[in-house]
Amino acid sequence: MIFIDVRKKLKGIVQNMELNVSINIKKGEFLALTGESGSGKTTLLRILAGLEKSNGKIIVDNEIWQDKNKFLPPQKRGIGFVFQDFALFPNMKVIDNLLYVKNDKKLALYLLKISGIANLKDRYPNTLSGGQKQRVAIARALMRKPKLLLLDEPFSALDEKRREDLQEKLFYFHKEFNLTTIMVSHSSSEVYKLADNLVELKHGKIIKYGNAKKLLINSKTSEKFTVKGKIIDIIKADIIDIAVISIGNNIVECVLSQTEAKEIKIGDNIILSTKAFHPNIKVIK
Amino acid sequence: MIDFTPFILSFKLAFIVTLILLFIGIPYAWYLSSTKSKFKPFLETITALPIVLPPSVLGFYLLVFLSPDSFLGGLVYKIFNIKLVFSFYGLVVASAIYSFPFMIQPIQSGFESLNKNIIEASYLSGKNKIITLFKVIIPNIKPSLLTAIVITFAHTIGEFGVVLMVGGSIPGKTEVASVAIYDYVENLDYHSAHIYSAILLLISFVVLFVVYFINHNQRRKYDIY
Repeated sequence: MIFIDVRKKLKGIVQNMELNVSINIKKGEFLALTGESGSGKTTLLRILAGLEKSNGKIIVDNEIWQDKNKFLPPQKRGIGFVFQDFALFPNMKVIDNLLYVKNDKKLALYLLKISGIANLKDRYPNTLSGGQKQRVAIARALMRKPKLLLLDEPFSALDEKRREDLQEKLFYFHKEFNLTTIMVSHSSSEVYKLADNLVELKHGKIIKYGNAKKLLINSKTSEKFTVKGKIIDIIKADIIDIAVISIGNNIVECVLSQTEAKEIKIGDNIILSTKAFHPNIKVIK
Repeated sequence: MIDFTPFILSFKLAFIVTLILLFIGIPYAWYLSSTKSKFKPFLETITALPIVLPPSVLGFYLLVFLSPDSFLGGLVYKIFNIKLVFSFYGLVVASAIYSFPFMIQPIQSGFESLNKNIIEASYLSGKNKIITLFKVIIPNIKPSLLTAIVITFAHTIGEFGVVLMVGGSIPGKTEVASVAIYDYVENLDYHSAHIYSAILLLISFVVLFVVYFINHNQRRKYDIY
């Protein structure tokens, strides 16, 4: 059981705010942390890791990590931390990155094998691709057999295919090592796939907290079919205007009504929605 | 027959100065690279001053403040019985001050370009600050460190003005190679001046080339600064 109740004044991008988070996490739980950038997600992870100080309490399995009188440094907390930019040690080979944490060659080789990168053990980090680096980073974080695994947008720098592959690996490790995991993520599908519970932060406060799947289904697919996009071009064709919209990695064209054509300009962020819509669904082969 | 004493003196001086500055330089450059203090620009200015000051200005002030008649020089003379002007000790002090920025600046910029996350990653791996310094920080700024050491060494061998003012030109004591060349030219002994100059030129070239060559390979291999 992990009990977190922390407060910290933050200098926000727009305004100063107070991070104020109080949550309980069960052992073995996978918690997703979402929210706009600047909402305090990364700061919360850093506070849990002991990299930043704050007011309040953190108690993990009856061990006090932080309260009024005590502050356990990062070295003493059983934390595995995966940075967004991987933060591998450039001067060490892959295997040495793992052994630096704990001199347990058997465990290191096992983790590299499960991650599918055993053949890369003697390479230096700067010769690896982003996906390979992230595997090393996750394997390194597991060398301490952490009580708590923290991941800061671990897959944001990767393409879709690698991302899915690594999500599966992460989920496997989460179960195999009976980890308690907190992951910052912006991707709804990622959260849906991996997380038990979801916390959404806004200006440092929790605005949503609960079962991840229920929260995502309720908020994202209510009565309408909606996607977010951006107008990248408006083509005038005879009497109609056609908007070119980028949605995720795709580009679609959409006919604009006259009123819409007057309001919308290139560069606008838009919501594309439709009622009474029967979408065609096809399996991608 | 060439007298190599001035060269030996130059190398001895450069070696001692580099060693002293290395021990001061790493913690000081670390402080400069990580401090958010409002005094940082002031400290950086003081650090960089020897680069822009005419050697004669620096030499003059050192002469004034290190002489046995001054407070500082007098104190050292009383306690250690060491004269800081026109002596080898004086050369060490003067050279250390003169070469200070050449040690600090490369190390500082090495620290500043280091990804701070790898330091935190080391803490999160359960390692304390000392282990992190020796196993993570220093190996990852190796090229900067090497540059700092070699440039400091080469610069100390190459300095002239400050050494001449503070040390004079006492053969076997303070007459280093660069000063010896000046003396030869003054005595119209162009032959010896040629030999000494060529040796210094060659040494400087080789030293710099080795540094740039090693750093080029290190950066390519490890992607470090």
